[in-house]
Amino acid sequence: MADLIHLSADALAQKLAAKEVSAVEATQAYLDRIDAVDGAINAFLHVNTEEALLVAAEVDKARADGDALHPLAGVPIAVKDLIVTRGQPTTAGSKILEGWQSPYDATVVKKLRAAKMPILGKTNLDEFAMGSSTEHSAYGPTRNPWDLDRIPGGSGGGSAAAVAAFEAPLALGTDTGGSIRQPGAVTGTVGVKPTYGGVSRYGAIAMASSLDQIGPVSRTVLDSALLHEVIGGHDPHDSTSLTDPVGALVEAARLGQVEGMRIGVIKELQGEGYQAGVLTRFHESLDLLRSAGAEIVEVSCPNFRYALEAYYLIMPSEASSNLAKYDGVRFGLRVVPDGAPTIERVMGATRAAGFGDEVKRRIILGTYALSAGYYDAYYGSAQKVRTLIQRDFAAAFEQADVLISPTAPTTAFKLGEKLDDPLAMYLNDVATIPANMAGVPGLSLPGGLADEDGLPVGIQLLAPARQDARLYRVGAVLESLLEESWGGPLLAKAPAIPGIAGGK
Amino acid sequence: MAEINRDDVAHLAKLAHIDMTDEELDRMAGELAVIVDSIKTVSEVAGDDVPATSHPIPLSNVFREDVVGDTLSNEEALLGAPDNADGRFKVPAILDGE
Repeated sequence: MADLIHLSADALAQKLAAKEVSAVEATQAYLDRIDAVDGAINAFLHVNTEEALLVAAEVDKARADGDALHPLAGVPIAVKDLIVTRGQPTTAGSKILEGWQSPYDATVVKKLRAAKMPILGKTNLDEFAMGSSTEHSAYGPTRNPWDLDRIPGGSGGGSAAAVAAFEAPLALGTDTGGSIRQPGAVTGTVGVKPTYGGVSRYGAIAMASSLDQIGPVSRTVLDSALLHEVIGGHDPHDSTSLTDPVGALVEAARLGQVEGMRIGVIKELQGEGYQAGVLTRFHESLDLLRSAGAEIVEVSCPNFRYALEAYYLIMPSEASSNLAKYDGVRFGLRVVPDGAPTIERVMGATRAAGFGDEVKRRIILGTYALSAGYYDAYYGSAQKVRTLIQRDFAAAFEQADVLISPTAPTTAFKLGEKLDDPLAMYLNDVATIPANMAGVPGLSLPGGLADEDGLPVGIQLLAPARQDARLYRVGAVLESLLEESWGGPLLAKAPAIPGIAGGK
Repeated sequence: MAEINRDDVAHLAKLAHIDMTDEELDRMAGELAVIVDSIKTVSEVAGDDVPATSHPIPLSNVFREDVVGDTLSNEEALLGAPDNADGRFKVPAILDGE
């Protein structure tokens, strides 16, 4: 049943409902695929074989008994290892949480369980989601299925690579500055950052609380909409959760019409610093949308140029505070130095041994930005820039219903290429960060392959807060036009992955 | 805007409870100097008339009913602790013995 794994989540759900295939068969097909290729990809930190098959068997029994089931019941899913799950380890990609198991489920995980979606396992990430390449994982990098010598993006490189390598039809990611969208772009997959507060963050290990957002990762726009409707909605456990209903996202993805919609090209997110092949594919997408009857307009967001620097103050500030709890007292690693050390020395030794370089850099940077005498100049100023970015978005959305840009300035770079240059690494997020700063939703979908390297290019759509449905409406139309021009999905062009057994 | 030097990093590492070797302090000071240099202009962007945004979508007064919710049991809360005794987290000495 090798073809099972190539089905979209929607197509698989239909086959399950029609009893053409069982949930156990589908889940086993994905587990077999993980076993065959994850040794090469390293997308998974933990594979949840037993429980996934158990849930699948429950779905098959319920279906045989004629019980009512969620439309996605029996469709397997992978979960980024930043999201806590009972019965499986959660590491956040860090040595400081090695072997730790959460005593509770994240709200989104509870929702997956309620829909009876078998959880295949936990996916790799940059440590505490800090990075754009998954190279900062304490458990080794994930490799890009398009080229094993290249990065799969980050921080959610594991979730994106798992979906791109057909190791899962769906995955959950988290996006603080682009960690869902940028991996989607460089792996030729779809990733969505919902409106801030649209999906509960309860049980997502916090990096920067005012920016973090859980969202869907998939191979098609419709599949992301289906998953978004499962995980979205109000959660009293998350005080930043919006009380709005999740909205008719699947309906929007199925609408298939953009005629008369105004689509705004963000002047500041193109040109210098963007790879030629990325821009060529981007302009083709604009032409396709125009041909479908959309009106392409240019908008200017002049303060976006300060978004990256403001982000690299706000994010480390909040992260340094959120990561203070990893001190060897309540969970995770404890390192006890020789002699009869006080708790203070234990904390210093524990955090020195448990955190990797990038996490240490951001904690120190955040501690600096929040320290007496600098708070107003740094954190305070960055929060003002945030207001300016929101105003730019507000003005742009008066001229356009949806905004569009490349998701990332380049295609996937080589592993190791930017590891010693944090600043160059941070530049990968230049186009994705503004959405997090303003809380607006964003979607990345495959826009084709760059001519110079044959690697995937991502197209980003942005909508006003609470208007996530517009992303799915425009995204699905653009996807179908692009696939028509390619003669099939982009992932059909990906090279075969050499079989190296996973053995997890 | 201030630069960041090795002594600053040593002080910040102490505040953040991260032990650092001399080699780490040297390297971190160099890397952070570059990063701080690239973000220091942020204070020149917005004037006093621009209000700060702390949360992207402002909400206020998020309350719940004052009743016991679905909390962790004592055993569950201690499950991941490196050490515990008598239903509590156990830590090494808080104060130096001397």
